[in-house]
Amino acid sequence: MIEVQHLVKKFGDFTAVNDLSFAVESGQVMGFLGPNGAGKSTTMKMITGFLRPTAGTARIAGIDICDNPLAAQTQLGYLPEGAPAWPDMTPRQFLDFITRIRGLDKAAARQAMTRAIGMTELHGVLDQPIDTLSKGYRRRVGLAQAIVHDPDVLVMDEPTDGLDPNQKFQVRQAIEEMAAHKAIIISTHILEEVDAICSHAMIIDRGEIVAEGTPSALAARSRFFGAVSLTLDTQLLERARAVLDGIANSRYEVVTRGVETVISVFPDGTPAPATDLLAQVQDLIAQQDWPVRALALETGRLDDVFGTLTRKPRPLADAVDVPDAADVPDGGRA
Amino acid sequence: MSQFWTITRREFAGYFSTPLAFVFIVVFLLANGLATFYLGAWFEMGQADLTSFFMFHPWLYLFFLPAISMRLWAEERRNGSIELLLTLPVPLSAIVLGKYFAALAFSALALALTFPVWISVNFLGNPDNGVILASYLGSLMLAGGYLAIGSCLSALTRNQVIAFVISVVACFLFTVSGAPLVLDIFRSWAPQVLTDTLASFSLLTHFRAITGGVIDLRDLVFFVTLIGVFLVATMIIVDMKKGEGA
Repeated sequence: MIEVQHLVKKFGDFTAVNDLSFAVESGQVMGFLGPNGAGKSTTMKMITGFLRPTAGTARIAGIDICDNPLAAQTQLGYLPEGAPAWPDMTPRQFLDFITRIRGLDKAAARQAMTRAIGMTELHGVLDQPIDTLSKGYRRRVGLAQAIVHDPDVLVMDEPTDGLDPNQKFQVRQAIEEMAAHKAIIISTHILEEVDAICSHAMIIDRGEIVAEGTPSALAARSRFFGAVSLTLDTQLLERARAVLDGIANSRYEVVTRGVETVISVFPDGTPAPATDLLAQVQDLIAQQDWPVRALALETGRLDDVFGTLTRKPRPLADAVDVPDAADVPDGGRA
Repeated sequence: MSQFWTITRREFAGYFSTPLAFVFIVVFLLANGLATFYLGAWFEMGQADLTSFFMFHPWLYLFFLPAISMRLWAEERRNGSIELLLTLPVPLSAIVLGKYFAALAFSALALALTFPVWISVNFLGNPDNGVILASYLGSLMLAGGYLAIGSCLSALTRNQVIAFVISVVACFLFTVSGAPLVLDIFRSWAPQVLTDTLASFSLLTHFRAITGGVIDLRDLVFFVTLIGVFLVATMIIVDMKKGEGA
């Protein structure tokens, strides 16, 4: 449904997007990840025909956005960054305008508006100027605008940015409801969102794809994949360190948060099933009689992968020893 | 065509969503009245015509119309809504024309609201209503010219104040090039052809010709061409910005 072919965008000497190619099929939700300035928005602006690519193109439902923008845009719903709208209009006027401009006839427009308003739960604010609405409602107005004509292709730039957790949940639910019959691209820097709604994810940095795959496959590239994390009282940390240091080849990492400490024990690199390590740690806990608050077998951390892949590679730094990579969800580049 | 009307209607309604439209119209009418009665000394002239009313339109429009046109594109850019507008399946021409005609309709409304002057002059004497009608048409054409220039310059920037200032300057140049004061300076040394060319580019020259009561096709062609050129320039600028990414 969406085919991006060798997309390049240069602003003067600066290359914002560098030879990007990917495809999103109907039924897929592609999560677009990357630090600020990685080229996510620029890519979306080119896919939707707002920016002209320096080279390459994108096809929406087989239609080239550069050669035939109007036909391609008919198939497309787009929520630009920041969910812009005309502040003086009410959501009702705004959606009415969009359905008219998209050429829906009266009956179809009424139906489409009812559906979009229902999905985004705008009933309460339909006749208030968009100007006076909260950020969450404004975002939902933008979303309603993008889906009102039931497009086959949906491009959303940070659809949940600035929403509270309940609103985020609602927007995600709305996206999930539509996902089965649409090709959807969302950009986000909320990594949990990728896990929650995306069938595919792509990490881009400085205009290039640095990783792509299903969210779980991406997360599995994390150094935490297969590690066992146990949460203990911080008071027990020294005792635990002594025990763990006593075991040959043991590698572990400690993160202390107040009274709680998380110790992540890494596999020793021998090709053994991850459950072996879990069993070993469980044995250790039983042996030492530690009051463990939580115990988990790590399936990998997306934020760790994100941090490792999108930081400026420093020549002397060992990728494994990047300090507090797990605590930097947004990457290092501003 | 229906998309053009949809855009025009939305834009036109946009003018009235804030009190600004009413403030604008009231101030415009007041300024018009002051110019006519004080500067133009309409009563003292003792003539039943509206010469002293229309005489000041180029100078009033110079400041009032850039205030309308400055928001046409600059505001969309500032607001981010330009991204929405330009990714809807609408031809750029429909957007540029729709916006322009909404601005023109708004100015036409403000101009139409000067009708009490017309009623007064008919009440007090027997003016040549044909000339008055022609003058109103000329005034609307003049407004159209200023707005087209303003639309083009508004597309250049995201800052409305800058759009306003450069529009005033540009409109001033297009006006003053036909003022006797400027033409006299050139007339003293430049060949007649140059002076005439300069004057022919002035909105003032063509406006004066129409308000004189003679609707010459050449004057109309001038205004329509000027408007056309600046609207096409608006389209080119908006389209160019798609490549730049501004």
